[in-house]
Amino acid sequence: MGIAILGLTRVVHLYNLMVVQPMGYGMNASSRLNAVFAALADPTRRAILARLASGQASVTQLARPFAMSQPAISKHLKVLERAGLISRGRDAQRRPRRLEARRLAEATGWLERYRKIWEGNYQRLDALLNELQTQPKNPRNKKREKEAIHD
Amino acid sequence: MTNSDTFKVTTPSDREIVMTRVFNAPRRLVFDAHTKPELMKRWLLGPPGWEMVVCDVALKVGDRYRYEWRNTASGHQFGTGGVCREFVPPDRVVNTEVMDGQPGECLVTTTFVEQDSKTTLKLSMLFESREIRDIALKSGMEHGVAASYNRLDEVLAPGAAGVATHGCA
Repeated sequence: MGIAILGLTRVVHLYNLMVVQPMGYGMNASSRLNAVFAALADPTRRAILARLASGQASVTQLARPFAMSQPAISKHLKVLERAGLISRGRDAQRRPRRLEARRLAEATGWLERYRKIWEGNYQRLDALLNELQTQPKNPRNKKREKEAIHD
Repeated sequence: MTNSDTFKVTTPSDREIVMTRVFNAPRRLVFDAHTKPELMKRWLLGPPGWEMVVCDVALKVGDRYRYEWRNTASGHQFGTGGVCREFVPPDRVVNTEVMDGQPGECLVTTTFVEQDSKTTLKLSMLFESREIRDIALKSGMEHGVAASYNRLDEVLAPGAAGVATHGCA
């Protein structure tokens, strides 16, 4: 199942900005959703997920591109793990982390939320296009009327 | 079939989100509704309670655009912007896009196809997977600095200032 992880984190980000934050953080959301929101609210954690989208990685490997200590990265990983967004591989030595992309997509139905936001937009656009097409035939008069109002 | 039933959101590859939707209007009008601020501000709003407060459009290749929205109740504000790569009225628009607070650029291609006086809109968002590593690096470093001062996210969220602070546009 192909899921654009950057696309998905973007969808979550948009939903977080437009719906969750203005309503008060996590007002109606389940605790699971809260954990996912909290985990994805942080840009470093989103970047870690994006990195894991290209394959599993050890904590050392994950820490390398960031200007952060390994314990700081581990803290972020713990948050992601608790939200079910990543898991640990079998290798006891390296304990590589891997992305649980399906879990992210399934558990939260992000694309459906995204679809709803856009469908709201497009229904308004339907109405606007309808209005634009039923306007009086002579656009010049219409323009003059408009200018008159603005003046 | 209503126009709502024609609306589809798909992920054709692991780098893409694609939306398609049919409108009962010639494509010239649908194109205008996507490129003229006075029209865009009437529909491109998101969930209830949001208004579009900045709508600087890019109408030729190389121009920058910037859109911002504001929640009328809470005062939260955020925006998105980028550079125009192709502008072919009324066929097609290609823009880069970076959303405030979101690492990574995406390439947004919008096409308008007219048939039997209806227009099919297709909006494709392509995320550059080869840039993932760079993005991770960039946002990690930015945030590393912030984290050394404090956990800014927690201090500022959910205030509007928090959103602005994360901006990478």
